[in-house]
Amino acid sequence: MNAVAPALNLAPLLDVQGVCKSFRKPDGDELVVLENVNLTLRPGEIIGLLGRSGSGKSTLLRSIAGLEAPSGGMVNYLGHTVSGPASGIAMVFQSFALFPWLTVLENVQLGLEALGVPELEMRKRSLQAIDLIGLDGFESAYPRELSGGMRQRVGFARALVVHPNLLLMDEPFSALDVLTAETLRNDFLDLWGEGQLPIKAVLLVTHNIEEAVQMCDRLLIFSSNPGRVVSEIAVDLPQPRHAQDPRFRALIERVYVEMTAKPRGEPRSGPKAERFAGTGIGTTLIHVSSNVLQGLMEAVNEPPYNGKADLPVIAEEQHLEVDELFPAAEALQMLRFAEVEGGDIKLTQAGLEFARSETDERKKLFARHLITYVPLAAHIRRVLDERASHTAPKSRFFDELEDYMAEESAEQTLRTIISWGRYAEAFAYDDNRQAFSLENPA
Amino acid sequence: MRLDRLPISVLRTRYVPGGWDVLAFVLVFALFIYAAEAAHGLSGSLERLRATPISLAPSALIGYAARTALRMLIAMVASLLFTFTYATLAAKSRRAEVILVPLLDFLQSVPILSFSITILFFLRLTPGRVAGAEMAAIFLIFTSQAWNMAFSFYHSLRSIPDELVEVARNFQLGPWMRFWRLEVPFAMPALIWNMMMSMSGGWFFVVAAEAITVGHTTVTLPGVGSYIALAIEQKNLHAIGWAIAAMFVVILLFDQLLFRPLTASADWFRLDQEAGLTPNRAWALTMMRRSRLLSLVVRAFAAMLRGGNKRRPALAAPTTPAAPRWDARWVDFAWYGALLLIGLVALWRITRFVLGEVQPAEIGHVIVLGFITLLRVAVLIALASVIWVPIGVWVGLRPRAASIVQPIAQFLAAFPANLLFPIVVSGVVLLKLTPDIWLSPLMILGTQWYIFFNVIVGASAIAPDLRYAGENLGVHGWLWWRRIALPAVFPFYVTGAITASGGSWNASIVAEVVSWGKETLTAHGLGAFIAESTSAGDFQRTVLGTVILSLFVVTLNRVFWRPLYARAERKFRIS
Repeated sequence: MNAVAPALNLAPLLDVQGVCKSFRKPDGDELVVLENVNLTLRPGEIIGLLGRSGSGKSTLLRSIAGLEAPSGGMVNYLGHTVSGPASGIAMVFQSFALFPWLTVLENVQLGLEALGVPELEMRKRSLQAIDLIGLDGFESAYPRELSGGMRQRVGFARALVVHPNLLLMDEPFSALDVLTAETLRNDFLDLWGEGQLPIKAVLLVTHNIEEAVQMCDRLLIFSSNPGRVVSEIAVDLPQPRHAQDPRFRALIERVYVEMTAKPRGEPRSGPKAERFAGTGIGTTLIHVSSNVLQGLMEAVNEPPYNGKADLPVIAEEQHLEVDELFPAAEALQMLRFAEVEGGDIKLTQAGLEFARSETDERKKLFARHLITYVPLAAHIRRVLDERASHTAPKSRFFDELEDYMAEESAEQTLRTIISWGRYAEAFAYDDNRQAFSLENPA
Repeated sequence: MRLDRLPISVLRTRYVPGGWDVLAFVLVFALFIYAAEAAHGLSGSLERLRATPISLAPSALIGYAARTALRMLIAMVASLLFTFTYATLAAKSRRAEVILVPLLDFLQSVPILSFSITILFFLRLTPGRVAGAEMAAIFLIFTSQAWNMAFSFYHSLRSIPDELVEVARNFQLGPWMRFWRLEVPFAMPALIWNMMMSMSGGWFFVVAAEAITVGHTTVTLPGVGSYIALAIEQKNLHAIGWAIAAMFVVILLFDQLLFRPLTASADWFRLDQEAGLTPNRAWALTMMRRSRLLSLVVRAFAAMLRGGNKRRPALAAPTTPAAPRWDARWVDFAWYGALLLIGLVALWRITRFVLGEVQPAEIGHVIVLGFITLLRVAVLIALASVIWVPIGVWVGLRPRAASIVQPIAQFLAAFPANLLFPIVVSGVVLLKLTPDIWLSPLMILGTQWYIFFNVIVGASAIAPDLRYAGENLGVHGWLWWRRIALPAVFPFYVTGAITASGGSWNASIVAEVVSWGKETLTAHGLGAFIAESTSAGDFQRTVLGTVILSLFVVTLNRVFWRPLYARAERKFRIS
């Protein structure tokens, strides 16, 4: 169990009240990425922020770190409003973010140097942190000489050496292979459990459900577009937790159910899409390769699932990360090839038909569903049909999309629709001319 | 715990000299003595300088070469200072950026000879003293070095990865520490590369910078440049041979002592940590690393970096930055308004200055001259491409050949090609060839190497799998060139060609008018126009020519090279 038992009567370390974040688009409209987030972190707690990419959880983390200013609401740390990087809040990054021109020791010392700690003390503390995190013997190595796991250890040591109260972790294990991530996670939990870490609480951003259930005392589940907390799950299993434990499996199942829950009937604020009811082209499409879509439908169709599968089970079997599985499942749902609810995926009649067909029939079926159910595809097709030249520049649709979403989302949405359109042979796209057309190379 | 490989060693504070120390000691002190010697002349008067004419004796070259090299170094230091301040300001201030970056673009396109207008200013600064003339020469060399360095630094500052910036902010690095710990190291590889380019550009123009005639003012500073100028005047091919030899040695020393260690240490700063490049070896770097004497210097420097950080309590309350009061809208309006006003006044002044002397018809004539030079540059780049692309690909695909040829090409690019001008020119004079055609190759003599070694780099970067796939499918002959080799080297080629084109425009000024003894050969072109008006002290025409040339270069960059570069980046990138 944790060295510092979660004590609800302790004063909160961090208090986030009604934090919002929105960006101003070129046309002056607001784009909301984070909506009314509340969160309280007490000493001794590890809280996980769980959600898909684009759900604003990293934005929230950066607001807490004082790296980004929220557009509304308050971040309170030890009773003070955070309005810039604060001492006592350290961060571990997904990409490690080590300085390649500094040795392990120099990287670890960096935060202390910035604090102006005298050289001897600085060295002593750094070596302690290096020892603690298991980097002993690597002090003089450069990051490029280390494996990914060792690099992230440097990232941890660098954050711990400044003795922060609050450790922020931004998907710290997601750039590592499964085995390395597991080892590092366990090492971290051991040190935390033994009370050896000079930190009081942890905030972990992740999209790995298993990791979240393994590490955290509480999980906040984020929805996307705009990002907000849809539910909170307390994890009261004792450490160490084992993935085979039925209670552990049940919690994972519960997280899946929460994450696939249909949005409640509340009005969605912000998106302009509602104002142009019926057009619907303002939906952001996450890029999922048609290969993944086909593979998922085939897998669900086959025994033992025979058309209906449990998401955690199929994720494990197909080696799909949550970040791949959910967009794929959602894309199938949008195309009416499957229904996703209650942590399950169930193929529709069309989905079953697709899985049992040959390539050509699949393409025809996919094209029919694409044009019928994806408004953007229908729109592109209509424009191409109407024009005498049967071509249209990409920029035309890009500008339209930018009315509804940020530039990167528009770029991604177009990339997705191009890839699906190509697979369905519904329309063609020439990257050199940056234009859509109806002609497929014969 | 092993600490002995740390750059700043704690365990070995006791100073025990070693073999590398002796070498370092000798070199450092030789440098001091030589600097002192070269600086000696500074306080002298111009009269004395005129009284001691340049000697063509080969032995005199040692001193001349030393003085020239020192000027180059000082100019390089000045360029670095300029880079660190100008580029940092441009990268950090949105308001400064809008004017500083385009300014840099134009400054880069202004030929160095046009800056010689400023020589009178420097001479008046220290009347009758050599120091003013030296300053003028160094300033001219500076103008051939600084711009691309500053631009590279600016570009690097703008492309620091977000996470690294976030780390710096999260750990609250002060601006001073952030600059030296994050920004400078990150910019280092590109900056070093540009320093090398600048250095070779500097060598090219040092000949022009040391012996300058502006109207009635002629300044001849002792140095290799003046030596060559005199040798040309006296048609002394022997002396030119000696000068080439001396330059060869000087550049070799620079290469070994300065740039090899720099490029080798640049590998340290590379961000792509999996880089498969074999680490560079440089004996001078080994010497510096192993020498404890120099590590003391490094230590002092590291302490200086820390100096800016005052001790702060580790668990202080969150810091509240002062509200940015300068963010107001009206400051923007005032600033852009002021810029517009200054721009209009400057435009008015230039127009009046030039039109006071020059008829509008002449402007048309100068533009025609510009097109002649453009034709020359275009034909030469095309020719150089046809020759060097196939050879470069051939070399690049053979690692052994590449390892031999690449340093040579790099060296040739650094070698001031104008040292070879006299040989070519004497040939043109002897054989009575047409200057309009036969002087042209001089423009690309020094810059063609950029095409060559960029193509080598590109060809050696082709993934082996791509080559095997090609062989496996039996792709050969013209098809192989069209589908594999040329597309693969294209982005690299474009980079090289941009550099070569820019360099050729600049070189047109020294290449379109050349003399050999009493004989002066002139080709028609914008370069010749500028060169002639400069030496005649005709400021109006110098300004006119410079403005037109800048416009040509910048327009060409914008409408031709930039789209081509963007296309190369987009289409031929594999990812």
